[in-house]
Amino acid sequence: MGSTTVRTNASGWRGVDTIQLALGLLAVAAMTISMWAALYYAPAASNLAGDEQIAQRIFYIHMGCNIGALAGFLMSVIGSIVYLVKRDLDWDRVSQASIEVGLICGMGTILTGMFWAKPTWNTYWTWDPRLTTSAITVLVYLAYLLFRNGIEDRRTRARFGSIYAVVAFLSVPLTFYSARLFRSIHPVVYGAENVDAQGGFSVGATMTQALNINMIAFCVLFSALLVLRWRQLRNEDAIAELREELE
Amino acid sequence: MNEEAVQANVQTMRLDLAAEPVTMQRGGGSLTYLRKIGAVFVKDVRAEWRGREIFSTMTAFSVLAVLVFGMAFDLRVPRSEMIAPGVLWVVVLFAGVLGLNRSFGAEVDRGTLASLLLAPVDRSAIYFGKMLANLFFTLATTLVILVVMFFIFDLNMFHPYNLLAVLLGVIGYVGVGTLFAALTANSRARETMLPILLLPVMAPVFVAGVGLTAGVVDGKQFSDLRQWLVILAAFDAIFIVVAYLLFDLIWEDA
Amino acid sequence: MGECVTDSGLIVARNITKRYGRKRVLGGVDLTVAQGKVMALLGANGAGKSTLMRIISGLTKPDRGEVLLGGVSARKAGHEIRRYIGLVAHAPLLYDNLSAWDNLQFFADLYDMQRPAQRIEAVLHAVDLWPRRHDAVRTYSRGMTQRLAIGRAILHDPPVLLLDEPDTGLDPASAETLAQLIRSLGASNRAILLTTHNLERALLWADSIAVLSDGKITQSASTASLTTEIVRQWMTEIGA
Repeated sequence: MGSTTVRTNASGWRGVDTIQLALGLLAVAAMTISMWAALYYAPAASNLAGDEQIAQRIFYIHMGCNIGALAGFLMSVIGSIVYLVKRDLDWDRVSQASIEVGLICGMGTILTGMFWAKPTWNTYWTWDPRLTTSAITVLVYLAYLLFRNGIEDRRTRARFGSIYAVVAFLSVPLTFYSARLFRSIHPVVYGAENVDAQGGFSVGATMTQALNINMIAFCVLFSALLVLRWRQLRNEDAIAELREELE
Repeated sequence: MNEEAVQANVQTMRLDLAAEPVTMQRGGGSLTYLRKIGAVFVKDVRAEWRGREIFSTMTAFSVLAVLVFGMAFDLRVPRSEMIAPGVLWVVVLFAGVLGLNRSFGAEVDRGTLASLLLAPVDRSAIYFGKMLANLFFTLATTLVILVVMFFIFDLNMFHPYNLLAVLLGVIGYVGVGTLFAALTANSRARETMLPILLLPVMAPVFVAGVGLTAGVVDGKQFSDLRQWLVILAAFDAIFIVVAYLLFDLIWEDA
Repeated sequence: MGECVTDSGLIVARNITKRYGRKRVLGGVDLTVAQGKVMALLGANGAGKSTLMRIISGLTKPDRGEVLLGGVSARKAGHEIRRYIGLVAHAPLLYDNLSAWDNLQFFADLYDMQRPAQRIEAVLHAVDLWPRRHDAVRTYSRGMTQRLAIGRAILHDPPVLLLDEPDTGLDPASAETLAQLIRSLGASNRAILLTTHNLERALLWADSIAVLSDGKITQSASTASLTTEIVRQWMTEIGA
């Protein structure tokens, strides 16, 4: 049965430190490349003009954040299910860390979406499926963190958090589907529907490259932040344990 | 009590208890399981009937909410059909939380939760029993909402497809809500935590419900409404199964 | 009554350990109550007596250790083993809005009792609540509520009875009824584990006494060999 004890060395460089450093450097490099790709490499959208044309470049970062939020979502469900089966608190930390990083990416998705929407559709917010789902997902993340905050016992916190995460995240795909049925003015870049939705633009080959670069870069960034946060949570638990031994 | 009376009592006690030996049906199958679900349901409804705390609160809140929405949109919206679907589902969701809080809240406050957990039955029976009780109270409240809206909004929403939507929506709502009520029952901020946890997860039900009610109010055909019903039914099926699987995990530290 | 496969101990707790966050409440508790015996568990407030009762009754899982009831491991037996346990806890475990009869009827249903009406009647007579059986529990005095709580615990005639401070807050008449009940129950091949703050009652009611202090059993002896002074001395030693 998993215990809260974390095996820590007092000092010394270990394997996970190397991974963390490597991921961190990789993330810096990847984000630099992705910024270059989004702001310079990708050509301007031919059918747009002026502010709208410049704002279109936010799209790459917007989709990057989106993939980060999605990664957070998936990792948290995996972490929660594995925790409930194995009762190893490391997996609970994976769940919590990925939700925290996913929350930041999710808020990034919404913010970039808003900055893009205003010049393009002259409104900050629309209830189209992707934005709706992002908003709901951010609310679920926040609820998860608030809920955990109110539970004292470490293991109860992990168990209840995991139960909530599994249920809540099952609802998100359904939210997306129902919101999509309800309406959509968000340009669906990869699908055939709504190609004539306002603000849509045809994606050329270079743009696709820029998009892929951004998505990969954000995945790397997500991983780096996840590992960092996970280690922080481990240390927090270790400190709490030491403290109670001293009392 | 004097000495003789006490002695007499002791005699009768011993005699009576021995004379009525207990036979308990052990093991038992699905029938005993269902019977226990029924027992929990009946107990909850009966206790509420004697006390009448929650149902009156839910209905009072609902009536108030409908009135407030009516006043808020008065003269701003040309036809009440425009906002009625939204108002209906918002009020159902918010009123429902009151009832859900009570289903485990009262047990925790009065300390009776342990008596349920001590019963020789799979804990999911408690889940289903309470879910059915919550369903009963929330549906009753929804009926009141529909009646009040009939008068205030001058709109008849008692169409069979709408009633079906409401039924499916509330089933999903209490299905997830009962699980979350159990999760939040022991926390100090239970009343605020439950809506925060529950309402984002209810988004598909809310969207599908509003979509369907709006379709009914707009006079759409069944073929247009069917997709919403499918979403509601899928939600119910998925989440009741998931809740049933997860419910037992909550009680390891009662 | 039950599948008791052993005659050594009806209630056996082995190496029970439990921590709540920062506090280690129980640190390796070993306890045995034989069939037909009553054991009184003493200890300071907050020593972990209630936690131990909850672990033995199955409400809480211990971090380590196991509970055997009638030789059967509680962890492996699943929910059926709860049939053989009766618990009187700090909270009355009764529904305020319902009458005594409705309460007992509900619990009879939960325990799948075959002829509940007669049994409920017998129990209500035994705890002397028959005339008030249709009144809501919220109208009862503390003594009456406690008697009904005991009635609820014995309704399904469990071989294992756990009574957590059943006598606290009782008026003398109710306490006397309780004493009679425990005596008659203890003589009937049950195993009873109870906790109390009243040392005299412990010596009167129980066959053996155990003292829980700092998460462990520090003293354990049969009441035949004890006097009030000895027990009082024990309690002072642990600061109770």
